[in-house]
Amino acid sequence: MAESLYYRTAAELSRALESKELSSEEIVRSVIERTRAVDDKVSAFISFDEGDALERARASDRRRAEGKALGPLDGIPVGIKDVLAVEGQPLTCASRMLGKFVSPYDATAIARLKAAGAVPWGRLNMDEFAMGSSTENSSVKTTSNPWNTDCIPGGSSGGSAACVAAGEAPISLGSDTGGSIRQPAALCGVVGMKPTYGLVSRYGLVAFASSLDQIGPFAHTVEDAAILLQAVAGHDDRDSSSYRTDIPDYRKELSSRKGPWKLGIPKEYFGEGLDPEVARAIEAAIDFYRGEGCEIVDVSLPHTEHAVGVYYIIATAEASSNLARYDGVRYSHRSAEATDAIDLYFKSRAEGFGPEVKRRVILGTYVLSSGYYDAYYLKAQKVRTLIRRDFLQAYEKVDALLTPTTPSPAFRKGEKTDDPLQMYLSDIFTISANLAGIPGISIPCGFSESGLPIGLQILGQPFQEADLFAIARRFEQAHDYHTRHPSL
Amino acid sequence: MEYEAVIGLEVHVQIKTESKMFARVGAGYGREPNTLTDPVVLGLPGTLPVMNKRAIDQIIKAGLMLGCEIAPVCKWDRKNYFYPDSPKNYQISQYDQPICIGGQLEIELPGSSRNVMGEHKFIELTRIHLEEDVGKLNHFENDSLVDYNRAGTPLMEIVSEPDMHSGDEAYAYLTALRQIMVQGGISDCDMEKGQLRCDANISIRPKGADMLGVKVELKNLNSISGVRNGIDFEIKRQIKVVQSGGQVIQETRRWDADAGAATPMRTKEMAHDYRYFPDPDLMPVRVDQDWLQRIRETIPELPFERQRRYFDEFDLPYTVTSVLVPDLKLSDFFEEAVKECGEPKAVANWIANDLLRDLSAAGTPIDDSKLRPEHIAGLVKLVKDGVISNNIAKDVFIDMFKSGDRPEDIVEKKGLKQSSDTGELTGICNEVIAANPKSVEDYKAGKENAINFLKGQVMKATRGKANPQVVDQVLRTELDKL
Repeated sequence: MAESLYYRTAAELSRALESKELSSEEIVRSVIERTRAVDDKVSAFISFDEGDALERARASDRRRAEGKALGPLDGIPVGIKDVLAVEGQPLTCASRMLGKFVSPYDATAIARLKAAGAVPWGRLNMDEFAMGSSTENSSVKTTSNPWNTDCIPGGSSGGSAACVAAGEAPISLGSDTGGSIRQPAALCGVVGMKPTYGLVSRYGLVAFASSLDQIGPFAHTVEDAAILLQAVAGHDDRDSSSYRTDIPDYRKELSSRKGPWKLGIPKEYFGEGLDPEVARAIEAAIDFYRGEGCEIVDVSLPHTEHAVGVYYIIATAEASSNLARYDGVRYSHRSAEATDAIDLYFKSRAEGFGPEVKRRVILGTYVLSSGYYDAYYLKAQKVRTLIRRDFLQAYEKVDALLTPTTPSPAFRKGEKTDDPLQMYLSDIFTISANLAGIPGISIPCGFSESGLPIGLQILGQPFQEADLFAIARRFEQAHDYHTRHPSL
Repeated sequence: MEYEAVIGLEVHVQIKTESKMFARVGAGYGREPNTLTDPVVLGLPGTLPVMNKRAIDQIIKAGLMLGCEIAPVCKWDRKNYFYPDSPKNYQISQYDQPICIGGQLEIELPGSSRNVMGEHKFIELTRIHLEEDVGKLNHFENDSLVDYNRAGTPLMEIVSEPDMHSGDEAYAYLTALRQIMVQGGISDCDMEKGQLRCDANISIRPKGADMLGVKVELKNLNSISGVRNGIDFEIKRQIKVVQSGGQVIQETRRWDADAGAATPMRTKEMAHDYRYFPDPDLMPVRVDQDWLQRIRETIPELPFERQRRYFDEFDLPYTVTSVLVPDLKLSDFFEEAVKECGEPKAVANWIANDLLRDLSAAGTPIDDSKLRPEHIAGLVKLVKDGVISNNIAKDVFIDMFKSGDRPEDIVEKKGLKQSSDTGELTGICNEVIAANPKSVEDYKAGKENAINFLKGQVMKATRGKANPQVVDQVLRTELDKL
């Protein structure tokens, strides 16, 4: 028998829809049933709206019956991280602060998915306001890694990664501010990509750190990630930071871009603290590309050591301002205990935000304060420029960079919750791409002895997502890691 | 010791645009609370600001009219502070790279009387920047409600140097600024609608000193005369404090126009740390020469320049120019009429006396007036050509104002043409002479005044239509015959 319906890729499902082998309603039902069956264990979903999904599925089936199908995503369910606004659906960011908020509008990425006929599916768990690397900062629940439910799935888009790994959605959307797509993708054994800053509109993506946030896809295969990115990418006049650029047909480019590529190995990503099993898997991947005729070049990104520090200044500074609007006055959590306006701010924010969000808001407020701005924020921006320059200089010599996505496979729940610094270091290989604004993808490249997935990160040149997909796909075609699934 | 006040003004002017500064929803005043809002204005999670280019056009225009340097690149910053009228708890503003730099504003101080032009001087500007307005709090007995209709309206902040020294100068500054903003089509500057708001920084120092004293910021100056009164009050207060051996402390005070006094709001220690930083959601703005040129072409003549032209070109008296110049529409009306008839003084008098009186009596704005510049030009021509007398012209004017008919048609229809027909007038003159032997006697006795009485009788008999000069001639001829 062919693989279970819920583990088919979006491309396969799309072909089955085209050939009338399946209806969208059957697909969505399979995903609903799978979610009901396994989400008690996985906890990827904060909530889901079966009625809405089925209604959209049936509308898709009617379109197709009339010969008016909208493209490869028409009728395909797409899991949605609970940080993206969907009209009429809750938008909680896994925070008590937005516990009762329902969005009155669609994010641009969601509007584009709907225009492509896709079926937004569920509200996926995450670290509160996308701040974290394990989903343990969710105020709702902690998502489990489908490969070992005692382990975390990564974060902040842990729900988006876990739901794909567990077959609860064939593809999903997440957001990546310092690795929040790539890190959980690596830990859950799926493909996850962070596009170039400015490729996907941020309108409707609840801001954590505006200059770093990007929306991106999760999928089982590179092809699926390309299909999903295609649907949401492109300029949007509701986002001033969205870039005007021609978007190639990523799926077509997958087969037309054949390499061989010049691939850089940044030495700063292979030092102390890298788990030996991860190191071995990455070495094997490098050997594979070498065997494919790619030239492997040692490169240096000398400012890498400052990336985590710079990140936690810039990201927290922006977050302290972005999260100021949650004050109990309008739509956010309002303390019942408040006695006056100032008290309303203090109590609502004290009750509404979790400890990690508070930590970052306080840090960000501090680095922007009068007398500290130059020493922290301004200096961090200068180092950020140097980090970006490191990458652009490397790209004069190579097409892309190969690195581990994470220093280690998934860690156990609770292992790092008491040590924020250790938690922050789990993003050490992913943060630089956000600071530099460049695209990155994580693809499954092996398993640890204990059966946990390992991710290979490929970092590309600005707006060269098509190259990144093609390079990633080359590895995927020669390996079967992406076809393995956890037993749940 | 004699003291001198030093005053700088921070003036907020709402820019007139269709939509808001960073959102698509309409901007406006007087609508149902919270109807001029959308997800962006309300700062809902996930929303993003996008610049309104029209607002930038408008501030560039303001900057050019005020002689500012327009920065080739400016950027947006976030001013962070918590207040319920601010939907995001930060305001998008411009901190260290404003769009307009420097500049100056020409002002006119009060003259010795209303009919005498006062001293002119230039007040230096520091900068003008663009930001978004906040909402409005409405306080009730037990709670306060917020109306976000105003939130996100494009708002200019015009900052002057500490370059003024009295409430009168501040008054003149605001008057001149408002004229430019209104005439440039940049803002309606209605202070009652909050379209123009003013804060003043006031300090005093011994007269002749260079150092600046400790400044007090005065807020809630809600009218132009409130600005003058508030500032004068504050100057007196500071002088009193210093003269009684005290020290002025740096603080913000709130002017209460009804009480005619200001009360402390907050001291320096309570000042905000706004944690300004560049807004990552918005790109810097580059203004190139083409853009500047496009705006330059839309700039009207400055009011004081126009006044000087009226002196030079038309030889108008100050009193008339000070009626015409503050109103661009009235000035345009005037110039159009002059173009048609070439009689600036006569036209100016008709406008300044008759037209303004009738417009205000009818409560009609000049745009809606049926009487147009060509009407006044035609009327002036009729008088100049001797077709009607000045007195008749007054009646024709009233008719034109009501009906909008051409003056020629009114004169024709009502038979108001003045008579210069000596034959016809000779008969009437002789009748008048016959009926007034006493006056004839007086005239013959050398009393020149007597002829005026006879002239009046002839005018009365012709119901004002006789040409007074012709009547004079005929009367003398006929009297001499006796």
